[in-house]
Amino acid sequence: MTLELKGVSKLVGGETHIHPTDLTLEKGTMNVLLGPTLSGKTSLMRLMAGLDAPSEGRIFQDGQDVTGVRVQERKVAMVYQQFINYPSMTVYENIASPLRLTGASKAEIEAAVGKAAELMQLTPMLQRKPLELSGGQQQRCALARALVKNAGLVLLDEPLANLDYKLREELRVEIPKIFEESGSIFVYATTEPEEALLLGGNTATLWEGRVTQFAPTPTVYRQPVDATTARVFSDPPMNFLPITKTGGHLEFGDGLKTPATGALADIADGKYMAGFRPNHLEISRHGDEAIRFDAKLVVTELTGSETFVHLDHGGARWVGLVHGVHDLKPGSALPVYLDPAHVYVFSETGELVAPAAYALAA
Amino acid sequence: MEKTVNQKAWFLVLPVLVLVAFSAVIPLMTVVNYSVQDTFGQNQFFWAGLEWFREMLESERMWNALGRQLLFSGIILAIEIPLGIFVALNMPKSGFWSSVCLVLMSLPLLIPWNVVGTIWQIFGRVDIGLLGYTLDAVGISYNYTQDVFAAWFTIIIMDVWHWTSLVALLAYAGLKSIPDAYYQAAKIDQASRWNVFRYIELPKMMGVLMIAILLRFMDSFMIYTEPFVVTGGGPGNATTLLSIDLVKMALGQFDLGPAAAFSLMYNLVILTMAYVFYTVMTTLEKRGG
Amino acid sequence: MAKITLDNLAHSYLPNPKGEDDFALKELNHVWNDGEAYALLGASGCGKSTLLNIISGLLHPSQGRILFDDVDVTAATTADRNIAQVFQFPVVYDTMSVRDNLAFPLKNRGSDPAYVAERVRKIAEMIGMEAELDRRARGLTADAKQKISLGRGMVREDVNALLFDEPLTVIDPHMKWELRTQLKSLHHEFGHTMIYVTHDQTEALTFADRVVVMYDGRVVQIGTPQELFEKPAHTFVGYFIGSPGMNVIPATVDGTTATVDGNAVPLGRSYGAVQGGATLGVRPEFVSLTDEGGLPVTVRRVEDVGRHRIVRADLFGNDINIVVGEGRAISPDMNRVVFDPAHVNVYVNEWRQEGEAV
Repeated sequence: MTLELKGVSKLVGGETHIHPTDLTLEKGTMNVLLGPTLSGKTSLMRLMAGLDAPSEGRIFQDGQDVTGVRVQERKVAMVYQQFINYPSMTVYENIASPLRLTGASKAEIEAAVGKAAELMQLTPMLQRKPLELSGGQQQRCALARALVKNAGLVLLDEPLANLDYKLREELRVEIPKIFEESGSIFVYATTEPEEALLLGGNTATLWEGRVTQFAPTPTVYRQPVDATTARVFSDPPMNFLPITKTGGHLEFGDGLKTPATGALADIADGKYMAGFRPNHLEISRHGDEAIRFDAKLVVTELTGSETFVHLDHGGARWVGLVHGVHDLKPGSALPVYLDPAHVYVFSETGELVAPAAYALAA
Repeated sequence: MEKTVNQKAWFLVLPVLVLVAFSAVIPLMTVVNYSVQDTFGQNQFFWAGLEWFREMLESERMWNALGRQLLFSGIILAIEIPLGIFVALNMPKSGFWSSVCLVLMSLPLLIPWNVVGTIWQIFGRVDIGLLGYTLDAVGISYNYTQDVFAAWFTIIIMDVWHWTSLVALLAYAGLKSIPDAYYQAAKIDQASRWNVFRYIELPKMMGVLMIAILLRFMDSFMIYTEPFVVTGGGPGNATTLLSIDLVKMALGQFDLGPAAAFSLMYNLVILTMAYVFYTVMTTLEKRGG
Repeated sequence: MAKITLDNLAHSYLPNPKGEDDFALKELNHVWNDGEAYALLGASGCGKSTLLNIISGLLHPSQGRILFDDVDVTAATTADRNIAQVFQFPVVYDTMSVRDNLAFPLKNRGSDPAYVAERVRKIAEMIGMEAELDRRARGLTADAKQKISLGRGMVREDVNALLFDEPLTVIDPHMKWELRTQLKSLHHEFGHTMIYVTHDQTEALTFADRVVVMYDGRVVQIGTPQELFEKPAHTFVGYFIGSPGMNVIPATVDGTTATVDGNAVPLGRSYGAVQGGATLGVRPEFVSLTDEGGLPVTVRRVEDVGRHRIVRADLFGNDINIVVGEGRAISPDMNRVVFDPAHVNVYVNEWRQEGEAV
């Protein structure tokens, strides 16, 4: 099925939770809602599910208006951040429960539960009670239940947030595989940019109740339409720097002046906001075009193979992620380099003026 | 959170409306009806307007009963709330003894009210009651049928015995909801026992304590059975609380009109006080106690 | 600040532990240096919280001693150990103002009011809550409350150690950055002995000078982030650290050559003749995808995670992950992999073999 939101908005007590939103989710796709806490991810999901009625706008399933149709009468499954299972039922009964409601035959139930359990690696635990299982297994049980329901729309609200880091990593890999088979629409809410990238599919970035961009995940990552989207879809956060372009040259406000190259060559004179990702900042010069900045090192963090450098550039905090382990002294001066091909140019109000050159090539 | 609009749902409320009409609205309207009429028997009624209300408001008897009632509620709240908190603080938090405590604490709550009254009526008797006999034997003059102080003492002790467990159980539930980390943090901060109570336990118990105070206030304000069984409102009118006075008036003297006016005002007083009380408490709560 | 010695320490939650399996924390001897930042890293149930609670004195160990600066504190109470702890969920005194929250540990110890005021001011500046000092703690966001908890932990200068129990669990990813670097700066500035419990490798590696990796009640490796990354002592460390974790490939090893399914793989060190089966551990970062040489693989999928791509492939029936940097092309005829010999580790019975330099 397809799910279409047309001008859907939600007001609660005079406060806007969701600004008017248009979204079309196609059959068999993975759709990530990415945004920080309280950006409206859950509100939007509740509207999609039919748990809440929109204040304005219509919702269509397969072209049919379902606005105001109760959630029980739509084919929707939902998985929450908390592990929600029926504690008194076995894992088998838990997974089978949605099928029992539809009056499926015993053989059908057995086949469906068997298949879902196999996919979620729950086969050895079918006769146990959910509370006897680990957190990861409990959440897999909840996922299996959502899966057998064979709902056209499956909503996952930060399903991995309460799990251990490593387990999260494994399930992230498993989840997209499962979804490829089922043909349902999947909507997955998360606060973590890395999770969105791993899940792939499409991403809608949310900020203060507004969908800022909706496109294939790599596109949103590489060609954000505005500074807000770039900020939401960057962990560590994107670095920003005000620039002025005059007659083929760029000024950074700290006296530095460099010829404008790459995407920067084609923009009109004026004031802009440059943005670049931490992993594009270098601490040694690669290539002749690299722009040099004089920054002060605040603190370094090592990850074993890479180093996060936290910098102070004229009062602004920058983060750089550089390859290799560098033991640098906090408080020291550190020249850093940036390839102009990695610079996004935003207008002073935040709209994208020119995407980074590398992003267009990728 | 807004739910899907479905007007048919109103029909589902119908049975309750019918039930409430029979159990509350119709009896209440009967009382309202009585309160504005006078009768000389034989089911003959005359319109009396607000006469009964005026008479009751000018009646010293009612004001005295109200005074006694407020004193009673005030005393039992002043005892039961701190005592209940104290008991809850000292109950074991887990294991076998915590279950034993919980069962023991619930026992008084399970006893029917008139039985509670009877128990204490016998318990306090000087001839056969353990309490009365003991006090008498050690030379303390105690006779709840004669002595005003003894009568008050008995009904208050009885109420405390009966209801402190409710406060304690509610407070206990509040305490149990405090995560361990708070106590650990307090240990690390070297907070004194008093500070732990003042800054951790009390704030976290406020919600349930509010409910406990409200419940105990309303219940004690309407109390009838237990003191009536023990003292019958005596000696004299010393323990004639509002509800006892009302029953005397309505059934003893068969003054239906004044009694109806009285009971309506009584009802109004309870509603008002409960409302004021609740508003004050929630504002305090919001402001951060 | 203190040096912490764990002497023969072990703990079981059972009254009469029989075998080793009954111990939530298996026997452990170690000295933690004064002024260093440590992270205890492991999956839930690995014993890291048990160890932390023993150090803080909330739990009494079944066996062994714990010493602060060579003084036995095994029987000392939490308050007597003079430590500070920050918990997973923010613990603030709701009815107090932010200022009173920060001052609380000092006031309880009878510190001079002028000193308290000065300290509170300084801590408030550090956690960036100067503007909110006179607000009640109730009603603040989880982020702000956790900052207060951190501040309360930091307010005493004389603590023996600062303990953190997954302190960033409730914090939004964007905020995590800020708080973590603040902690790091504070460590640089004051040099407290810090112990940080987490299941998140990024937090552990970026925070700590040394990371203590725990697995199944046992400490499997203590090392710098670089050591853990380049020379994981146990296959678990290789798997747990890094995303994706280290690739493990069954092989036979003889001298400086390993053989994987009949194909020779050069090694950076010499191992003599290893009896029986060995496994090679190679991080995805040290595997390159090429169109010639090396070992044949079948590429199953390519995941674009922004700053690099993860290629998931099959190597003689084993899963293998390859990290390909941004801007490097992947073509369909790239179906072979080459390992960087200097970064191939050899494991026997899950433990890393040191080998000899060649």
